[in-house]
Amino acid sequence: MTIETTSSATPAVEAKSSTLRIAFYAVMGVVLLVLPMFSGDFYINLASQILIAAIFALSLNLLVGYGGLSSLGHASFLGLAAYFAAWFFTRGGVDHVSAAVIAILATSVVAGLFGLISLRASGLGFLMITLALSQVLWGVAFRWAAVTNGDNGLSGMTRPMPFGIDLNGAANFYWFALIIFGVSFILMAIFTESAFGSALRGTRDQPRRMAALGFDVWMIRWITFVYAGFWGGVSGLLYVYYHKYIHPTSLSITTSAEGLLSVIAGGSGTLGGPVVGSILVVMLKNYASAYIERWNMLLGFVFLFIVLVMPEGLVPGTKRLFNRFKGGAK
Amino acid sequence: MQSGNTLTRTVLALVAVLLIGAAGFSYVSSIRSPQFAVIQALNSLALGGLLFLLASGFSLIFGLMRLANLTHGAFFMLGAYIGANILRSYDGVNLWFAMIGAGIAVAVFGGLLERFVLRQLSSNSLGQVLVTLGMSFIVADACLMIWGGDPIPVPTPAAFQSPLRVAGFMFPTYRLVVVLCAVAAAIGLYLLLERTRLGAMIRAGVDDMQMARAVGIPVSKLFTAVFMLGAGIAGAAGVLGGPIMSAYPGLDADMLPLALIVVILGGVGSLIGAFVGSFIIGFIYTFGTALLPDLAYVILFLPMIVVIAFRPQGLFGRMSA
Repeated sequence: MTIETTSSATPAVEAKSSTLRIAFYAVMGVVLLVLPMFSGDFYINLASQILIAAIFALSLNLLVGYGGLSSLGHASFLGLAAYFAAWFFTRGGVDHVSAAVIAILATSVVAGLFGLISLRASGLGFLMITLALSQVLWGVAFRWAAVTNGDNGLSGMTRPMPFGIDLNGAANFYWFALIIFGVSFILMAIFTESAFGSALRGTRDQPRRMAALGFDVWMIRWITFVYAGFWGGVSGLLYVYYHKYIHPTSLSITTSAEGLLSVIAGGSGTLGGPVVGSILVVMLKNYASAYIERWNMLLGFVFLFIVLVMPEGLVPGTKRLFNRFKGGAK
Repeated sequence: MQSGNTLTRTVLALVAVLLIGAAGFSYVSSIRSPQFAVIQALNSLALGGLLFLLASGFSLIFGLMRLANLTHGAFFMLGAYIGANILRSYDGVNLWFAMIGAGIAVAVFGGLLERFVLRQLSSNSLGQVLVTLGMSFIVADACLMIWGGDPIPVPTPAAFQSPLRVAGFMFPTYRLVVVLCAVAAAIGLYLLLERTRLGAMIRAGVDDMQMARAVGIPVSKLFTAVFMLGAGIAGAAGVLGGPIMSAYPGLDADMLPLALIVVILGGVGSLIGAFVGSFIIGFIYTFGTALLPDLAYVILFLPMIVVIAFRPQGLFGRMSA
């Protein structure tokens, strides 16, 4: 948990660094936009998966990084939205837009209920309750075969056609995912940079002082929980569009753990961290599964490595090195 | 650890368990048959017993070390596999020997994990949880790698294969044995905690770690001992449950959430909470599965929500997790 401090920097340096930051985001944006023109379908699809995982990790990071609430059940929202959308589209007979709206709304409502339950605790209690709740959902997806089709999963989902654009091509879907990613990134950035975001960080670092100052700590956490659930649902929607299929494993602890690993590996409480972490996790998963079938074991070892060797995450670690380098050059 | 208040709550909770059990029992025997209800009731008790063996260790570790050990389900599964392997490889070895062997093996594994990995991360509770989570993935995958994807059955000991007949009903004997083992373990753990020097040290550590250290209790050794104890019980429980559940990939993911719900329900760090919670969940889950197979997991929400709404620290918990 690092707290950004720029107070020591002079305004000139600050302005320079913010120009640098804008330039960085602009370059990244252009690179992301033109990526499909220079690579094959395999890499475009990989990039789409990374974008989806990144939205998921960013939403989890609101809780873990900014709220200090380590959830091990965030897959609930990804899986629920995906299941709702797939069920309403393939079985409920509604169109894509309605299915998406229903899925996101229902997921947000469930997030509200789960928040009511799990925010009775904090710390490890919160972690255990979120884990138990999501495992119950996973069990439901497995057992309630009449609705969820059990272990066979729900298939027959198609990709929507916004404004008549066919998303079945890898590049088109990538751009679609990129737009959603951009919107979600900006909205989550605004959320964390707002006064509310500051209050949220306050409840993470000093909950009692925040309460003494008149902030409603519980309400701040609950709103964050629902907001994170909402974006988790959005990632789930993209997930089911991408795979055109949903299986109970999407609700499993492995999915939650992959998200948490992305957050921790990249650096929790930073905006770029979860994105970097997602790149790492998705690439590892894809390349590892091409060579070995032991993804879970590798995931476990990566967990051990990150926690024991690089607990602060890749982005803060690199930032620290960069700052040290800059300080040395001056 | 005990007080009048706890005693009242224990009695109330046990009465509640009995009422839930009796209601489910009479309902099931009216819609199915009394024999079916007897079997389900015994299944509930057996599952409750296994859950107690799992949850008590988890709860003890949590209470003393403030560590949510997510490897606990994997310990259970590892125990089941080791036990099944012992029984398969050596003729004439009985279940109890396999249980002890698996318990010791898993305890040693747990001790190494605590000493060499978790110890590095004391004061970083999130890091510890993540490491135990990572370890659970590694153990689960290693079991899959070594023993393959097919379930390995654990034979029921010959002495307990034929059912007991009492008053015209058949009672599956092995289920009764499991319940007796769990109750014996509960009494043993209670005596260990309340009547021995080691137990007094553990209680001191749970109540006030700093003070316990200050008066010269070797807290560090205590951590390893309790972690090994919890791991060993979980491993032995895996073998004990073997004849009922057998050893299969995913056993850890089936058991851990149930144990977590038990601990959330009963309250962390409380032995009696784990005991009562285990049997509540055992009944709800078993009867839920028998009556509404599709929705058994949904029904698990209910006790959790009720308890968390009214007593977030759990029925018998005194500390917030």
